[in-house]
Amino acid sequence: MINKIVASAEAAVADIRDGATILVGGFGNAGMPFRLIDALIAQGAKDLVIVSNNAGNAETGLAKLLKEGRVRKVVCSFPRQIDSWVFDGLYHAGKIELELVPQGNLAERMRAAGAGIGAFFCPTGYDTLLAGDRETREIDGRNYVLEYPIKGDFAFIKALKGDRWGNLIYRKTARNFGPVMAMAATTTIVEVDEVVELGALDPEAIITPGIFVQRVVPVAKAS
Amino acid sequence: MQDLPNLKKLNRNEMAARVAADIPDGAYVNLGIGLPTLVANFLPEGREIILHSENGLLGMGPAPAKGAEDWDLTNAGKQPVTALPGAAFFHHADSFSMMRGGHLDFCVLGAFQVSATGDLANWHTGAPDAIPAVGGAMDLAIGAKKTFVMMEHLTKDGQSKLVAECSYPLTGKACVARVYTDLAVIDIGSEGFVVTDIVPGLSFEELARISGVAMRDGRL
Repeated sequence: MINKIVASAEAAVADIRDGATILVGGFGNAGMPFRLIDALIAQGAKDLVIVSNNAGNAETGLAKLLKEGRVRKVVCSFPRQIDSWVFDGLYHAGKIELELVPQGNLAERMRAAGAGIGAFFCPTGYDTLLAGDRETREIDGRNYVLEYPIKGDFAFIKALKGDRWGNLIYRKTARNFGPVMAMAATTTIVEVDEVVELGALDPEAIITPGIFVQRVVPVAKAS
Repeated sequence: MQDLPNLKKLNRNEMAARVAADIPDGAYVNLGIGLPTLVANFLPEGREIILHSENGLLGMGPAPAKGAEDWDLTNAGKQPVTALPGAAFFHHADSFSMMRGGHLDFCVLGAFQVSATGDLANWHTGAPDAIPAVGGAMDLAIGAKKTFVMMEHLTKDGQSKLVAECSYPLTGKACVARVYTDLAVIDIGSEGFVVTDIVPGLSFEELARISGVAMRDGRL
Protein backbone atom coordinates (compact mmCIF):
# COMPACT_ATOMS: atom_id res chain seq x y z
CA MET A 1 0.00 0.00 0.00
CA ILE A 2 1.20 3.47 -0.80
CA ASN A 3 1.07 5.86 2.11
CA LYS A 4 3.03 9.09 1.75
CA ILE A 5 1.52 10.66 4.86
CA VAL A 6 4.18 11.49 7.45
CA ALA A 7 2.91 12.31 10.91
CA SER A 8 5.15 15.26 11.68
CA ALA A 9 7.23 17.88 9.92
CA GLU A 10 10.17 16.82 12.09
CA ALA A 11 10.00 13.24 10.80
CA ALA A 12 9.57 14.48 7.21
CA VAL A 13 12.83 16.49 7.22
CA ALA A 14 14.92 14.18 9.42
CA ASP A 15 17.14 12.82 6.60
CA ILE A 16 18.21 16.17 5.11
CA ARG A 17 21.97 16.39 5.22
CA ASP A 18 24.42 19.27 5.21
CA GLY A 19 24.98 20.80 1.78
CA ALA A 20 21.57 19.82 0.38
CA THR A 21 19.83 21.91 -2.27
CA ILE A 22 16.26 22.67 -1.20
CA LEU A 23 13.61 24.25 -3.41
CA VAL A 24 11.31 26.30 -1.21
CA GLY A 25 7.89 27.33 -2.50
CA GLY A 26 6.12 30.60 -1.88
CA PHE A 27 5.88 34.07 -3.32
CA GLY A 28 6.59 36.23 -0.32
CA ASN A 29 4.56 34.53 2.39
CA ALA A 30 1.82 33.14 0.10
CA GLY A 31 2.54 29.43 -0.24
CA MET A 32 5.53 29.55 2.09
CA PRO A 33 5.89 26.18 3.90
CA PHE A 34 6.59 27.65 7.34
CA ARG A 35 6.16 24.41 9.32
CA LEU A 36 8.70 22.52 7.22
CA ILE A 37 11.22 25.35 7.47
CA ASP A 38 10.78 25.51 11.24
CA ALA A 39 11.35 21.75 11.42
CA LEU A 40 14.51 22.13 9.30
CA ILE A 41 15.80 24.84 11.63
CA ALA A 42 15.32 22.46 14.56
CA GLN A 43 16.87 19.56 12.61
CA GLY A 44 20.18 21.38 12.19
CA ALA A 45 21.30 20.77 8.56
CA LYS A 46 23.66 23.51 7.38
CA ASP A 47 25.63 24.71 4.35
CA LEU A 48 22.35 24.59 2.44
CA VAL A 49 21.56 25.93 -1.02
CA ILE A 50 18.06 27.45 -1.04
CA VAL A 51 16.16 28.04 -4.29
CA SER A 52 13.15 30.28 -3.77
CA ASN A 53 11.61 33.37 -5.33
CA ASN A 54 12.57 35.62 -2.43
CA ALA A 55 15.21 35.53 0.27
CA GLY A 56 13.01 35.70 3.32
CA ASN A 57 10.68 38.23 4.87
CA ALA A 58 11.04 39.74 8.35
CA GLU A 59 12.26 37.17 10.91
CA THR A 60 10.22 34.05 10.16
CA GLY A 61 10.39 31.22 7.62
CA LEU A 62 13.33 31.49 5.24
CA ALA A 63 14.57 34.64 6.96
CA LYS A 64 14.88 32.67 10.20
CA LEU A 65 16.81 29.87 8.48
CA LEU A 66 19.17 32.50 7.02
CA LYS A 67 19.54 34.23 10.36
CA GLU A 68 20.59 30.93 11.93
CA GLY A 69 23.52 30.88 9.51
CA ARG A 70 22.46 27.65 7.84
CA VAL A 71 22.38 28.77 4.24
CA ARG A 72 25.47 28.97 2.02
CA LYS A 73 23.78 30.19 -1.13
CA VAL A 74 20.45 31.59 -2.24
CA VAL A 75 19.17 31.22 -5.80
CA CYS A 76 16.28 33.63 -6.26
CA SER A 77 14.75 36.37 -8.40
CA PHE A 78 13.97 39.07 -5.87
CA PRO A 79 15.98 39.12 -2.64
CA ARG A 80 15.65 42.83 -1.87
CA GLN A 81 12.36 43.75 -0.22
CA ILE A 82 11.34 46.20 2.48
CA ASP A 83 11.45 43.43 5.09
CA SER A 84 14.48 41.45 3.84
CA TRP A 85 16.90 42.86 6.41
CA VAL A 86 18.23 39.44 7.42
CA PHE A 87 19.37 38.63 3.86
CA ASP A 88 20.57 42.20 3.27
CA GLY A 89 22.82 42.05 6.34
CA LEU A 90 24.33 38.66 5.40
CA TYR A 91 24.88 39.80 1.81
CA HIS A 92 26.63 43.01 2.77
CA ALA A 93 28.78 41.08 5.28
CA GLY A 94 29.80 38.65 2.51
CA LYS A 95 28.30 35.74 4.45
CA ILE A 96 25.96 34.48 1.77
CA GLU A 97 26.24 33.79 -1.94
CA LEU A 98 23.51 35.06 -4.31
CA GLU A 99 22.63 33.70 -7.75
CA LEU A 100 20.08 36.09 -9.20
CA VAL A 101 17.75 34.50 -11.78
CA PRO A 102 14.90 36.16 -13.67
CA GLN A 103 11.66 34.86 -12.19
CA GLY A 104 10.43 33.07 -15.31
CA ASN A 105 13.81 31.43 -15.80
CA LEU A 106 13.73 30.23 -12.22
CA ALA A 107 10.36 28.56 -12.85
CA GLU A 108 11.27 27.17 -16.29
CA ARG A 109 14.68 25.87 -15.18
CA MET A 110 12.95 23.87 -12.44
CA ARG A 111 10.24 22.73 -14.83
CA ALA A 112 13.01 21.58 -17.19
CA ALA A 113 14.65 19.60 -14.40
CA GLY A 114 11.36 17.90 -13.66
CA ALA A 115 10.64 17.26 -17.33
CA GLY A 116 14.01 15.72 -18.18
CA ILE A 117 15.17 18.58 -20.40
CA GLY A 118 18.96 18.90 -20.63
CA ALA A 119 18.99 22.66 -21.27
CA PHE A 120 16.89 25.13 -23.25
CA PHE A 121 17.32 28.36 -25.20
CA CYS A 122 15.42 31.24 -23.61
CA PRO A 123 15.11 34.87 -24.78
CA THR A 124 14.86 36.36 -21.29
CA GLY A 125 17.94 38.30 -20.20
CA TYR A 126 19.74 38.14 -23.55
CA ASP A 127 22.62 40.65 -23.61
CA THR A 128 22.11 41.56 -19.94
CA LEU A 129 24.32 41.00 -16.89
CA LEU A 130 22.23 37.98 -15.92
CA ALA A 131 23.04 36.08 -19.12
CA GLY A 132 26.61 35.78 -17.86
CA ASP A 133 28.87 34.06 -20.36
CA ARG A 134 26.43 31.32 -21.23
CA GLU A 135 26.08 30.17 -24.81
CA THR A 136 23.74 32.17 -27.04
CA ARG A 137 22.08 31.36 -30.32
CA GLU A 138 20.00 33.14 -32.92
CA ILE A 139 16.96 31.10 -33.87
CA ASP A 140 14.51 32.40 -36.46
CA GLY A 141 15.81 35.94 -36.06
CA ARG A 142 15.55 36.04 -32.28
CA ASN A 143 18.39 35.79 -29.75
CA TYR A 144 18.39 33.24 -26.97
CA VAL A 145 20.52 32.26 -23.97
CA LEU A 146 21.18 28.65 -23.01
CA GLU A 147 19.63 27.92 -19.63
CA TYR A 148 20.29 24.83 -17.51
CA PRO A 149 17.87 22.97 -15.25
CA ILE A 150 17.74 23.55 -11.51
CA LYS A 151 17.30 20.30 -9.59
CA GLY A 152 16.60 20.01 -5.89
CA ASP A 153 17.57 17.26 -3.48
CA PHE A 154 14.40 18.28 -1.66
CA ALA A 155 11.44 20.55 -2.29
CA PHE A 156 9.37 22.11 0.50
CA ILE A 157 5.97 23.20 -0.68
CA LYS A 158 2.60 24.10 0.78
CA ALA A 159 -0.76 22.89 -0.52
CA LEU A 160 -4.36 23.07 0.61
CA LYS A 161 -5.26 19.37 0.45
CA GLY A 162 -3.43 16.14 -0.22
CA ASP A 163 -4.17 12.44 -0.13
CA ARG A 164 -2.03 9.43 0.76
CA TRP A 165 -0.89 9.05 -2.86
CA GLY A 166 0.42 12.63 -2.78
CA ASN A 167 -2.16 14.17 -5.10
CA LEU A 168 -2.47 17.89 -4.35
CA ILE A 169 -4.66 20.89 -4.77
CA TYR A 170 -3.56 24.38 -3.80
CA ARG A 171 -5.27 27.59 -2.69
CA LYS A 172 -5.44 30.67 -4.97
CA THR A 173 -2.09 32.37 -5.68
CA ALA A 174 -0.41 30.30 -2.95
CA ARG A 175 0.03 27.71 -5.75
CA ASN A 176 2.84 29.75 -7.41
CA PHE A 177 6.05 27.64 -7.54
CA GLY A 178 4.60 24.52 -5.87
CA PRO A 179 3.83 22.41 -8.96
CA VAL A 180 7.18 23.05 -10.71
CA MET A 181 9.21 22.53 -7.54
CA ALA A 182 7.38 19.28 -6.86
CA MET A 183 8.56 18.02 -10.27
CA ALA A 184 12.13 19.21 -9.86
CA ALA A 185 13.20 17.61 -6.59
CA THR A 186 14.28 14.07 -5.74
CA THR A 187 12.23 14.21 -2.55
CA THR A 188 9.24 16.55 -2.43
CA ILE A 189 7.79 17.24 0.99
CA VAL A 190 4.42 18.96 1.17
CA GLU A 191 2.73 20.56 4.14
CA VAL A 192 -1.03 20.48 3.67
CA ASP A 193 -3.83 22.08 5.62
CA GLU A 194 -5.84 18.91 5.29
CA VAL A 195 -5.28 15.24 4.40
CA VAL A 196 -8.27 13.79 2.58
CA GLU A 197 -9.32 10.24 1.75
CA LEU A 198 -8.15 8.73 -1.51
CA GLY A 199 -10.80 9.58 -4.11
CA ALA A 200 -11.96 12.72 -2.32
CA LEU A 201 -10.05 14.98 -4.72
CA ASP A 202 -11.71 15.34 -8.12
CA PRO A 203 -9.29 13.79 -10.65
CA GLU A 204 -10.20 16.60 -13.08
CA ALA A 205 -9.07 19.19 -10.54
CA ILE A 206 -5.85 17.67 -9.17
CA ILE A 207 -3.03 20.14 -9.85
CA THR A 208 -0.01 18.10 -8.79
CA PRO A 209 -0.35 14.35 -9.44
CA GLY A 210 1.04 12.25 -6.63
CA ILE A 211 3.92 10.85 -8.70
CA PHE A 212 5.75 14.14 -8.06
CA VAL A 213 5.30 13.96 -4.29
CA GLN A 214 7.08 11.76 -1.75
CA ARG A 215 5.91 12.99 1.66
CA VAL A 216 2.72 14.71 2.82
CA VAL A 217 2.60 16.32 6.24
CA PRO A 218 -0.69 17.50 7.74
CA VAL A 219 -0.27 20.76 9.62
CA ALA A 220 -2.85 22.59 11.64
CA LYS A 221 -4.01 25.57 9.63
CA ALA A 222 -2.59 28.78 11.05
CA SER A 223 -5.34 30.75 12.72
CA MET B 1 11.57 73.71 -16.42
CA GLN B 2 11.03 76.83 -14.31
CA ASP B 3 11.19 78.82 -17.56
CA LEU B 4 7.93 77.23 -18.79
CA PRO B 5 5.20 78.90 -16.69
CA ASN B 6 2.27 77.49 -18.69
CA LEU B 7 3.50 73.88 -18.60
CA LYS B 8 0.87 71.43 -17.32
CA LYS B 9 2.77 68.32 -16.23
CA LEU B 10 0.64 65.22 -15.64
CA ASN B 11 0.46 63.94 -12.08
CA ARG B 12 0.74 60.20 -11.38
CA ASN B 13 -3.00 59.57 -11.69
CA GLU B 14 -3.23 61.57 -14.90
CA MET B 15 -0.34 59.57 -16.34
CA ALA B 16 -2.12 56.35 -15.37
CA ALA B 17 -5.34 57.54 -17.02
CA ARG B 18 -3.40 58.47 -20.17
CA VAL B 19 -1.96 54.93 -20.42
CA ALA B 20 -5.30 53.31 -19.60
CA ALA B 21 -7.04 55.22 -22.39
CA ASP B 22 -4.82 53.42 -24.94
CA ILE B 23 -5.59 49.87 -23.74
CA PRO B 24 -8.29 48.37 -25.96
CA ASP B 25 -11.24 46.15 -25.14
CA GLY B 26 -10.28 42.50 -24.82
CA ALA B 27 -6.61 43.08 -23.99
CA TYR B 28 -4.59 40.87 -21.66
CA VAL B 29 -2.36 43.19 -19.65
CA ASN B 30 0.33 42.96 -16.99
CA LEU B 31 0.95 46.06 -14.89
CA GLY B 32 4.36 46.29 -13.23
CA ILE B 33 5.01 47.15 -9.61
CA GLY B 34 4.87 50.83 -8.60
CA LEU B 35 3.58 53.56 -10.92
CA PRO B 36 2.08 51.15 -13.53
CA THR B 37 -0.16 49.57 -10.86
CA LEU B 38 -2.17 52.82 -10.85
CA VAL B 39 -3.33 52.13 -14.42
CA ALA B 40 -5.81 49.57 -13.05
CA ASN B 41 -7.75 52.39 -11.38
CA PHE B 42 -8.40 54.15 -14.70
CA LEU B 43 -9.36 51.40 -17.15
CA PRO B 44 -12.20 52.90 -19.24
CA GLU B 45 -15.74 51.77 -18.49
CA GLY B 46 -17.23 49.40 -21.00
CA ARG B 47 -13.96 47.69 -21.93
CA GLU B 48 -13.29 44.15 -20.76
CA ILE B 49 -9.58 44.17 -19.95
CA ILE B 50 -8.03 41.16 -18.23
CA LEU B 51 -5.19 41.83 -15.80
CA HIS B 52 -2.45 39.25 -15.36
CA SER B 53 -0.45 38.93 -12.15
CA GLU B 54 2.88 37.11 -12.46
CA ASN B 55 2.28 35.05 -9.33
CA GLY B 56 -0.45 33.06 -11.03
CA LEU B 57 -3.66 35.01 -11.62
CA LEU B 58 -5.60 36.13 -14.67
CA GLY B 59 -8.66 38.27 -14.00
CA MET B 60 -7.20 40.21 -11.11
CA GLY B 61 -9.65 42.56 -9.44
CA PRO B 62 -9.18 45.55 -7.14
CA ALA B 63 -7.94 45.51 -3.56
CA PRO B 64 -10.40 43.91 -1.11
CA ALA B 65 -12.33 45.86 1.49
CA LYS B 66 -10.51 46.38 4.74
CA GLY B 67 -10.89 43.26 6.86
CA ALA B 68 -11.54 41.04 3.80
CA GLU B 69 -7.87 40.51 2.89
CA ASP B 70 -6.90 36.96 1.88
CA TRP B 71 -3.11 36.52 2.06
CA ASP B 72 -3.31 33.56 -0.33
CA LEU B 73 -4.61 36.00 -2.96
CA THR B 74 -1.96 38.61 -3.63
CA ASN B 75 -0.40 40.53 -6.52
CA ALA B 76 3.18 40.85 -7.74
CA GLY B 77 3.79 43.45 -5.05
CA LYS B 78 2.53 40.90 -2.47
CA GLN B 79 -0.47 43.06 -1.62
CA PRO B 80 -3.93 41.48 -1.23
CA VAL B 81 -6.15 41.64 -4.31
CA THR B 82 -9.40 40.02 -5.47
CA ALA B 83 -10.26 37.61 -8.28
CA LEU B 84 -13.01 38.67 -10.69
CA PRO B 85 -15.68 36.24 -11.98
CA GLY B 86 -13.89 34.31 -14.76
CA ALA B 87 -10.51 34.52 -13.04
CA ALA B 88 -8.01 31.64 -13.26
CA PHE B 89 -5.15 30.52 -11.03
CA PHE B 90 -2.06 28.78 -12.42
CA HIS B 91 1.52 27.94 -11.47
CA HIS B 92 4.61 30.01 -12.16
CA ALA B 93 5.84 28.15 -15.25
CA ASP B 94 2.45 28.70 -16.90
CA SER B 95 2.36 32.30 -15.76
CA PHE B 96 5.71 33.08 -17.36
CA SER B 97 4.79 31.08 -20.47
CA MET B 98 1.99 33.62 -20.89
CA MET B 99 4.64 36.36 -21.01
CA ARG B 100 7.51 34.73 -22.83
CA GLY B 101 5.22 32.92 -25.22
CA GLY B 102 3.83 36.22 -26.48
CA HIS B 103 0.30 35.69 -25.18
CA LEU B 104 0.03 38.93 -23.19
CA ASP B 105 -0.98 41.89 -25.34
CA PHE B 106 0.60 44.60 -23.20
CA CYS B 107 2.77 45.09 -20.21
CA VAL B 108 3.39 48.43 -18.57
CA LEU B 109 6.66 48.82 -16.70
CA GLY B 110 8.49 51.54 -14.80
CA ALA B 111 12.01 52.52 -15.90
CA PHE B 112 15.24 54.25 -14.94
CA GLN B 113 16.15 54.78 -18.60
CA VAL B 114 14.83 54.00 -22.08
CA SER B 115 17.08 54.26 -25.13
CA ALA B 116 16.35 55.41 -28.67
CA THR B 117 16.49 51.78 -29.82
CA GLY B 118 13.99 50.68 -27.18
CA ASP B 119 16.48 49.24 -24.69
CA LEU B 120 15.07 49.22 -21.15
CA ALA B 121 16.95 49.69 -17.87
CA ASN B 122 14.75 49.27 -14.80
CA TRP B 123 16.20 46.61 -12.49
CA HIS B 124 19.58 47.72 -11.20
CA THR B 125 21.39 51.01 -10.76
CA GLY B 126 24.72 49.24 -11.04
CA ALA B 127 25.84 50.75 -7.72
CA PRO B 128 28.47 48.44 -6.22
CA ASP B 129 26.77 48.13 -2.82
CA ALA B 130 23.23 47.68 -4.20
CA ILE B 131 21.60 44.28 -3.77
CA PRO B 132 20.35 43.38 -7.25
CA ALA B 133 16.77 42.15 -7.60
CA VAL B 134 15.09 41.45 -10.93
CA GLY B 135 11.84 39.59 -10.25
CA GLY B 136 9.83 39.22 -13.45
CA ALA B 137 11.06 42.41 -15.13
CA MET B 138 13.31 40.74 -17.72
CA ASP B 139 10.68 38.16 -18.63
CA LEU B 140 7.98 40.81 -19.00
CA ALA B 141 10.12 43.25 -20.95
CA ILE B 142 10.78 40.80 -23.77
CA GLY B 143 7.60 38.77 -23.46
CA ALA B 144 4.53 40.91 -24.01
CA LYS B 145 3.45 41.72 -27.57
CA LYS B 146 3.86 45.39 -26.68
CA THR B 147 5.92 46.73 -23.79
CA PHE B 148 4.96 50.20 -22.59
CA VAL B 149 7.01 52.22 -20.15
CA MET B 150 5.48 54.69 -17.76
CA MET B 151 7.87 57.04 -15.99
CA GLU B 152 8.67 60.62 -15.01
CA HIS B 153 10.38 62.29 -17.94
CA LEU B 154 13.28 63.55 -15.81
CA THR B 155 15.14 62.21 -12.79
CA LYS B 156 14.87 64.13 -9.52
CA ASP B 157 18.03 66.05 -10.44
CA GLY B 158 16.72 66.96 -13.89
CA GLN B 159 18.41 64.34 -16.10
CA SER B 160 16.41 63.00 -19.03
CA LYS B 161 15.40 59.35 -18.67
CA LEU B 162 15.17 59.13 -22.46
CA VAL B 163 18.73 58.48 -23.56
CA ALA B 164 20.71 57.68 -26.70
CA GLU B 165 22.13 54.63 -24.90
CA CYS B 166 21.37 53.29 -21.41
CA SER B 167 24.14 53.74 -18.85
CA TYR B 168 22.43 51.48 -16.30
CA PRO B 169 22.47 47.66 -16.73
CA LEU B 170 19.84 46.56 -19.25
CA THR B 171 16.62 44.72 -18.48
CA GLY B 172 15.96 43.99 -22.15
CA LYS B 173 17.22 44.95 -25.60
CA ALA B 174 15.02 46.73 -28.13
CA CYS B 175 11.84 45.83 -26.25
CA VAL B 176 10.05 49.12 -25.51
CA ALA B 177 7.36 50.16 -28.00
CA ARG B 178 6.12 53.33 -26.32
CA VAL B 179 6.92 55.59 -23.38
CA TYR B 180 4.35 57.57 -21.36
CA THR B 181 5.83 60.36 -19.26
CA ASP B 182 4.48 63.32 -17.33
CA LEU B 183 5.35 65.46 -20.37
CA ALA B 184 4.71 63.41 -23.49
CA VAL B 185 3.92 60.14 -25.23
CA ILE B 186 6.82 58.86 -27.33
CA ASP B 187 6.77 55.90 -29.72
CA ILE B 188 9.98 54.02 -30.43
CA GLY B 189 10.46 52.72 -33.94
CA SER B 190 13.23 52.06 -36.42
CA GLU B 191 13.86 55.81 -36.60
CA GLY B 192 14.15 56.27 -32.81
CA PHE B 193 11.96 58.49 -30.61
CA VAL B 194 8.78 59.78 -32.29
CA VAL B 195 6.68 62.13 -30.17
CA THR B 196 2.93 61.54 -30.57
CA ASP B 197 1.52 63.68 -27.75
CA ILE B 198 2.76 66.58 -25.59
CA VAL B 199 1.15 68.18 -22.53
CA PRO B 200 -0.23 71.72 -22.86
CA GLY B 201 2.24 74.54 -22.40
CA LEU B 202 5.19 72.69 -23.91
CA SER B 203 6.38 72.93 -27.51
CA PHE B 204 8.08 70.08 -29.38
CA GLU B 205 11.29 72.13 -29.48
CA GLU B 206 11.22 72.63 -25.71
CA LEU B 207 10.50 68.93 -25.14
CA ALA B 208 13.42 67.95 -27.38
CA ARG B 209 15.73 70.38 -25.53
CA ILE B 210 14.69 69.01 -22.11
CA SER B 211 15.06 65.43 -23.34
CA GLY B 212 18.54 65.99 -24.74
CA VAL B 213 18.10 63.28 -27.39
CA ALA B 214 17.21 63.22 -31.06
CA MET B 215 13.46 62.97 -31.57
CA ARG B 216 10.96 63.54 -34.34
CA ASP B 217 7.61 65.30 -34.08
CA GLY B 218 5.09 62.66 -35.08
CA ARG B 219 1.94 64.54 -34.09
CA LEU B 220 -0.67 64.78 -36.81
